[in-house]
Amino acid sequence: MIATNVLELERVTKTYGTRPPVHALRGVSFTVRSGELVAIVGPSGSGKSTLLHILGTLDRPSSGTVRIDGQDVAALSDRRLAEIRARSIGFVFQQFFLTERTTVLENVADGLPYGGAAPAERRERAAEALGRVGLRDRAGSRPSELSGGQRQRVAIARALVGRPAIVLADEPTGNLDSGTGASIIELLRELNAGGATILVITHDGDLAARFPRRLHVLDGRIVDDSAARPLEGV
Amino acid sequence: MRLSDQLRVAGIGIRSRRLRAALSALGIAIGTAAIVAVLGLSASSQAGLLAQIDRLGTNLLTANTGESLTGGAAQLPTAAPQRISHLPDVEQVAHVAAIDDANVYRSPLIPAVNTNALKVRAASLDLPGVLGTGVAQGRWLNAATERQPVTVLGALAARRLGIDRVHPGERIWLKNQWFYVAGILKPATLSTDIDTSVLIGYPAAEHYLGYAAIERGEAVAGPPTTVYVRARTDKVDSVRDVLARTANPESPGDVDVSRPSDALTARAAAKGAFNSLFLGLGVVALVVGAVGVANIMIISVLERRSEIGLRRALGATRGHIRTQFLSEAVMLALLGGVTGVAAGALTTAVYAGGKGWAVVVPAEAWAGGIGAAIAIGAIAGLLPALRAARLSPTEALRTL
Repeated sequence: MIATNVLELERVTKTYGTRPPVHALRGVSFTVRSGELVAIVGPSGSGKSTLLHILGTLDRPSSGTVRIDGQDVAALSDRRLAEIRARSIGFVFQQFFLTERTTVLENVADGLPYGGAAPAERRERAAEALGRVGLRDRAGSRPSELSGGQRQRVAIARALVGRPAIVLADEPTGNLDSGTGASIIELLRELNAGGATILVITHDGDLAARFPRRLHVLDGRIVDDSAARPLEGV
Repeated sequence: MRLSDQLRVAGIGIRSRRLRAALSALGIAIGTAAIVAVLGLSASSQAGLLAQIDRLGTNLLTANTGESLTGGAAQLPTAAPQRISHLPDVEQVAHVAAIDDANVYRSPLIPAVNTNALKVRAASLDLPGVLGTGVAQGRWLNAATERQPVTVLGALAARRLGIDRVHPGERIWLKNQWFYVAGILKPATLSTDIDTSVLIGYPAAEHYLGYAAIERGEAVAGPPTTVYVRARTDKVDSVRDVLARTANPESPGDVDVSRPSDALTARAAAKGAFNSLFLGLGVVALVVGAVGVANIMIISVLERRSEIGLRRALGATRGHIRTQFLSEAVMLALLGGVTGVAAGALTTAVYAGGKGWAVVVPAEAWAGGIGAAIAIGAIAGLLPALRAARLSPTEALRTL
């Protein structure tokens, strides 16, 4: 299989028009290939959240080009961007964002209608995604009946269920104790071994060290990309 | 995204905050209930009145002496009732004669000015049958008592004279002589004149009050001032056309022909006009309800920022978010509207049932109530929905 570029950034900048203007990103370029597992590491305020929002098409860059799955997103309408999010991107958040009002299975399937999946297909795919994170038997539970680690697994299943080109995880272990966090990282590695392209944002350098590729962000720039140093490569 | 999915997502907000949803729908429910009940009650009371008119029969016609245009007192010929009864489609005829110069008092001690606005009328013996009324107490006149100083009182006349029971020896002071009270009539809906009448027989009117006409040199009882005619139901119009000519062939223009049920029907229609005060209160309740729904929706949008952010991340467009909150507001208002219509209809059913009327909830009341609720939901939900849709995903996700 030829690894295609899932994500391409060219000289992406983001400036917030406040007074004084905040330059959150100052020319970021990198490429993520299909099947990669990447950590974006940086202290808070370094611009990694802005980067995640731009990668996830939740926000638009001030200049530069962003290609997701080969498609330049700059010119797209709100509706087309939503479609890209529904089909090509899966999100995992620090706060899980699960709703208590429905079951685990329905939480996982929550985003599928936006991609146009039929009800029967949605249940099947949600159950399958729950199986991939090892929670198939908790499909009927409420999120509050699960542990923190299990909840984040449900959120990961929700990110995977649409079979996205890339999964973006924003501090996925930030609300978990270190043991549970490690198991989540292990899960992400397993899923990556199964073919998923995963990009994790974290401020935790130790955690990032367990990823095959690390991008260090500081003051809106990529100061170090482990993939650019072939000698240290795996 | 399918419509069923849109509705399901919109329903989650209501299902997960049931008490809040119920309370905010309550205002609209009260408004709708008030409007439906007002419209339903007036329609039902109208239906009740029309049903009563129908029971009494719409085939009654009256021929009155016209208020003469020439100034002279127009009179019906004494032979008029008999001639009318010979018409082919006439079933029954009765008649009365208003005796102008006779007043009635409880006793001779009552001042002469206290006439109670009562009228003495001579009546033919078949009058109660033709009017569809009967005696409430005592007896109606008969061939014997119509020649005696005996009266039967109309329902209102009895009340004004202070006579609520008929007992032997009960009498009233009529044109300087005592008349015995034989009975009291039930209310005569088709001819309310009879209610304020003191009725005596034609022979008695001639003998005791000197009410008579001269025909071929002889005094005869009469003349009548009103003739009541029951026609065959399907021939009422044709009988009506010939009634004036038959009653008074010499000057048909002096005869007023009318159909009492027409006037009653018109009055029923006027009574059906709804009570605008209560309708106005209902509208005020609806407006207050709309403000309540708008308020709750704005709070809901603020509370659910992270849900909005998540849905946007999962692929919802601005349009999806807008539709979600707009449908939620419409559902909320519809919930209130349907409850209100049910409550209003129930109120109508209970009240109308108690009065023995037919239960009528007009289509414009319930359809209008539900339609108004949908419109209110859409208007109240528009601003919050637009705000939710305008929220940028990054901003929505930044909360917590």
